[in-house]
Amino acid sequence: MSKALTTIQTTCPYCGVGCGISAVVNQTQHTVNIKGDQSHPANAGRLCSKGSALGDTINLEGRLLDPHINSQVVDWDAALSLVANTFLETINKFGPDSVAIYGSGQLLTEDYYVANKLMKGFIGTANMDTNSRLCMSSSVAGHKRAFGSDTVPSCYEDLDLADLIILIGSNTAWCHPVIFQRIRAAKQARPDLKVVVIDPRHTATCDLADLHLPLASGSDAVLFNGLLSFLNTEQALNQDYINTHTEGFTPAIQTAELSAPSIAEVAGQCQLNETDVQYFYDLFKNHKKVMSLYSQGINQSSSGTDKVNAIINCHLATGRIGQPGMGPFSLTGQPNAMGGREVGGLAHQLAAHMDFSIAEDVNRVARFWGSDNIATYPGLPAVELFNAVSAGEIKAIWIMGTNPVVSMPNADLVKRALKQCDFVVVSDCIAQTDTSAFAHVLLPALGWSEKDGTVTNSERRISRQRALFKPAGHAKADWWIISQVAQRMGFNQAFNYNHPYEIFTEHAALSGFENDITHGYRDFDISGLSTLDQNSYENLQPIQWPVNANNPKGTERMFADGHYFTPTGKAQFIAITPRPPVNLPHKNYPLILNTGRLRDQWHTMTRTALSAKLNQHSPEPCVEIHPVDAKNYNLTAGALAELESAWGKMLARVKITDDQTLGNVFIPMHWTTQNASDGRMGALVNPEVDPISKQPESKHTPIRIKSYQAVWQGFILSRAPLGLSDISYQVSSKGDCFYRYELAGQQLPDPWLNTLKDTLNANIAEKSEWQTYQDASLGSYRAAQFIKGRLNAVIFIAADHKLPERSWLSSLFAKVLLEPEARMALLSGLPPKGSHETGKVVCACFNVGEKTIRACIKEKQLKTHQEVGQCLKAGTNCGSCIPEIKALL
Amino acid sequence: MAKLVIIGNGMAGMRTLEEILKSAPNQYDITVFGSEPHGNYNRIMLSSVLSGEKALDEIFINDQAWYDQHNITLYSGASKTVTRIDRQNRKVYTQDGTVADYDRLLISTGSKPVIANVPGNHLAGIISFRDIADVNKMLDYSQHHKNAVVLGGGLLGLEAANGLALRGMRVTVIHNNAVLLNRQMDTAAGTLLQKELESKGLNFKMASQVEQLLGDEKEHIKTIRLTDGSELDCDLLVMAIGVKPNKALAKAAGLYCEQGIIVNDTLQTYDPRVYAVGECIQHRGQTFGLVAPLFEQAKVCANHLTGHGVAQYLTLPTATKLKVTGIQVFSIGNFMGDETSETLQFTDTALGIYKKLVIKANKLIGAVLYGDTQDSYWYQELLEKEQSITPIRDQLIFGKAYV
Repeated sequence: MSKALTTIQTTCPYCGVGCGISAVVNQTQHTVNIKGDQSHPANAGRLCSKGSALGDTINLEGRLLDPHINSQVVDWDAALSLVANTFLETINKFGPDSVAIYGSGQLLTEDYYVANKLMKGFIGTANMDTNSRLCMSSSVAGHKRAFGSDTVPSCYEDLDLADLIILIGSNTAWCHPVIFQRIRAAKQARPDLKVVVIDPRHTATCDLADLHLPLASGSDAVLFNGLLSFLNTEQALNQDYINTHTEGFTPAIQTAELSAPSIAEVAGQCQLNETDVQYFYDLFKNHKKVMSLYSQGINQSSSGTDKVNAIINCHLATGRIGQPGMGPFSLTGQPNAMGGREVGGLAHQLAAHMDFSIAEDVNRVARFWGSDNIATYPGLPAVELFNAVSAGEIKAIWIMGTNPVVSMPNADLVKRALKQCDFVVVSDCIAQTDTSAFAHVLLPALGWSEKDGTVTNSERRISRQRALFKPAGHAKADWWIISQVAQRMGFNQAFNYNHPYEIFTEHAALSGFENDITHGYRDFDISGLSTLDQNSYENLQPIQWPVNANNPKGTERMFADGHYFTPTGKAQFIAITPRPPVNLPHKNYPLILNTGRLRDQWHTMTRTALSAKLNQHSPEPCVEIHPVDAKNYNLTAGALAELESAWGKMLARVKITDDQTLGNVFIPMHWTTQNASDGRMGALVNPEVDPISKQPESKHTPIRIKSYQAVWQGFILSRAPLGLSDISYQVSSKGDCFYRYELAGQQLPDPWLNTLKDTLNANIAEKSEWQTYQDASLGSYRAAQFIKGRLNAVIFIAADHKLPERSWLSSLFAKVLLEPEARMALLSGLPPKGSHETGKVVCACFNVGEKTIRACIKEKQLKTHQEVGQCLKAGTNCGSCIPEIKALL
Repeated sequence: MAKLVIIGNGMAGMRTLEEILKSAPNQYDITVFGSEPHGNYNRIMLSSVLSGEKALDEIFINDQAWYDQHNITLYSGASKTVTRIDRQNRKVYTQDGTVADYDRLLISTGSKPVIANVPGNHLAGIISFRDIADVNKMLDYSQHHKNAVVLGGGLLGLEAANGLALRGMRVTVIHNNAVLLNRQMDTAAGTLLQKELESKGLNFKMASQVEQLLGDEKEHIKTIRLTDGSELDCDLLVMAIGVKPNKALAKAAGLYCEQGIIVNDTLQTYDPRVYAVGECIQHRGQTFGLVAPLFEQAKVCANHLTGHGVAQYLTLPTATKLKVTGIQVFSIGNFMGDETSETLQFTDTALGIYKKLVIKANKLIGAVLYGDTQDSYWYQELLEKEQSITPIRDQLIFGKAYV
């Protein structure tokens, strides 16, 4: 190994699993080789496709490198002063509630802490919310109601110990692939381990399921109320536990029996068959060690908090909590959603798991921070916050590391709100996002590979994220940016930070401040870390909170002693009356829209879209729809469809699949205006929220769908990125040595070739050679551009969506020169006879295509995905494509 | 044994003869008359002889021994040119008085080159490109003269021009159309062809007409004046502006002729004992200048002469190929299309490739290929079979391998 290489242990910036990464960094070439960290307890060396491709996202492409004011580059001082002064002026004129920060589960704990401290502690407003509101707040609220604290009781090790794992509203295989791999390994080791998947969709996660319950969208609380009442009838409850450690059982069971009195009734309401419900209930009854993992399918609902408690009720009633191999377990979506919750990053939280609702807490935090201006009441949660921006009540907003113009429900309202807002500050590492388009001030933040601080994963484990490289351009750490603004606002003393360890230890000290028998215990206590010096902070190993005098090495499980953080010390049953989603399908909007993640993309794709590998699995937003619905609405597979809700519209490619239940459609959440002209799902999503958690109901919006009448459809693959205008449908993605543009339009440019030639010729200095094909009466136009014999671009246009596969054409861009046969075959879109086409990418880690796998299976008579892995390596890294490989087998 | 007399020792007549021998070797007592003093040779290979790619003896098909071997009487040479047919008495007479009786007569007198009707067309140094004698003359000129002009940018003209250039002459082609091979190529292909030939050193005067041919004191061609007033130095002028059926003998014998000798679908003339094949005939209004249909006629004609009597000659679209080494050209059918036809088109200018396929009612009706003709046979097949191309339309232009 050369001396230029250093190995740095850090943490993955994607989902909430919080995988440790061992990064082999080459400083001179600014490259990094990413491997799973064998020693990290969260993943023990495993990584998913997204994590594995992190090395593709660290170049400077698209990075925001300088502060900007009104699109002009300025120095930091000018930008920071403008932000500080404008916030001050706004506060002086309109009061502290006229300003807001909207943060992100991507921020490190230290960044988050400083932002929260500035807003709540010193500006004196709690208008500090974050995108965690969109994914975790129902879990937070459910935890608080049941446990008196936002505590995740279990840990990942419990997955290895459980006998029954229930996955509820979670496509774990794609969204938390490393957890899924862990469950798969557990099931392989112990075939008796049962897995139940509860999800309206048949997802890749069902690959592992002994039972899949495709329940009616939004009916989860009925199913779990039914379970509670079934267990009661069967006398399978743990009465001792109920009596000793809980309160509120009687109203809870009465309400459950009222809403879900029998299996027949449950099956009817959930649109399941009775045998399956019975089987599920029997499994739960017969397995003591049961884990209930849940995610956005539960949280993103107008009754999300109730659903969380309906699940927790069943664990409390059976005493299956706090012991190895059992418990409810919320899978967090973001790398530091937990850290954000710990510092109090949500508008209704104060700090360090302390609340506005408790006067002593407010007083305590004010004393700790030395502030006389602390906020005393909760601020506005995300949806209300942007409504307030829209209404002109919030006049200055600072958005950090998130893209609400895409991700918020009713996203078009957010767009309008930001457009008319007096002062919008955006801190981001990416220059052009749908949100940064509205910024008056743009502040360049560090990217993942430059950040230095801590994050907390789903199992309360705090890990260090370490910088691999120097900051790009003039980018700065978020904590530094916020502190600088705070100092310019006059809060010098409280924000005089020079290093993240100072912030972390202050945060740790706050968590332990008056956290004792005298003042009452709080769950979040990392006082054991409050005395770290810089060196021990640098070398901090992954550790699960609480970390305090009693638990100096951290804590695997909470509530082992049956003691909870409620005033009485007992867990609370919550009586749940199931509520349907707010907006139900009706005549005008007859289908239910569900949204979610894809395997190889992250959030709004600002980073994952930089990775050619990751873009190939699903290069376009697709709407997944049941075959009967597709027929009813005249949709053709592979053609385009227009989706419309009462709030907005989008276009997507039609994918017909039995995985969807009748009446339900699914679209991915990722696409933005940066890479899709009409692919923002946020525009459609209803802005309904849970009354307690204020989390939006992103999984259930009534919509209608019709086929999009394009006059032409096509695609361009180009070595250089293109600026294409006046094309109604346009989705771009980056590939290996090329950019891909999927296009459709309602008017073909005439003359088509000259128009497109001009666009492509404008990109390059050299003279281009053109190869063209046209079948004008069929509306088929194709062209290839060469520069000195080297392929530079291909254009394919047809009257409909029946275009050749892109995979072979895409592969040609990696070549220096084309073989003559390939050049002649080019515009057929098919490889010359005798050559080999790989097909759609199945395994993103090793870039193995469907046709390659099919051919290998056939040729070598392969029977298992392991054999496929041996032959092609496919499925042997992150393993998330194994369901697809098995489907091919 | 019945007597068959064949007038004309060219490609059409001799192919018919071969077909007869194949199916009925002993049916006829056969006599062949030919004006050229050789056995039978492949006329279309004359271009290759001119260009030097083939030697003269390589293009002979049948020599005297072959005729002997098959008991065929061959009368060849100018003096054996048939001058009269006596249909009443079923006899033919040659210039030197040779007489032959026939029961069946096959006329395959071929065609004659068209000579431009311009002042000075009688001058020495003006030739056609028709037979071995013409080739020898050109080879002779190329040894001692510099400037050659070819009148006519058709297949034959271009092959002559290419050959003369390869033989070291400075060649200019005068063509009356703006597009070379305008009967076989569309503008795009013609333009590519012209570019490629220019890169081989040929010069072109496109869309030009000759006004006058000017000679020297020895009445030998010296200068060509074009209608635009420009003049070209010229030591040798090759006229390649087309052929017309050589029908004079038949007409004198009272056989019904129009542009050519009229034949029916069995290649029979108005006299049931007399058949005709090749460039001398006119069939359903059409005359012929390329070899492919001649071979088809030979087959049909032989079928009837040997008494099978079932074959029927139908004019099929004829494919074009240009015999200039390194240049691949192909066209067939109605490649210009009309208002109800549809066009598929492929170009790669840098590679010098152009393909156009014309479709009508979901069938291929015409094709032009330039630079890449490897699928020409397949297109011809599709066209002749009138097969629906709908299921393969998307791949059609990329060739058979993609279907």
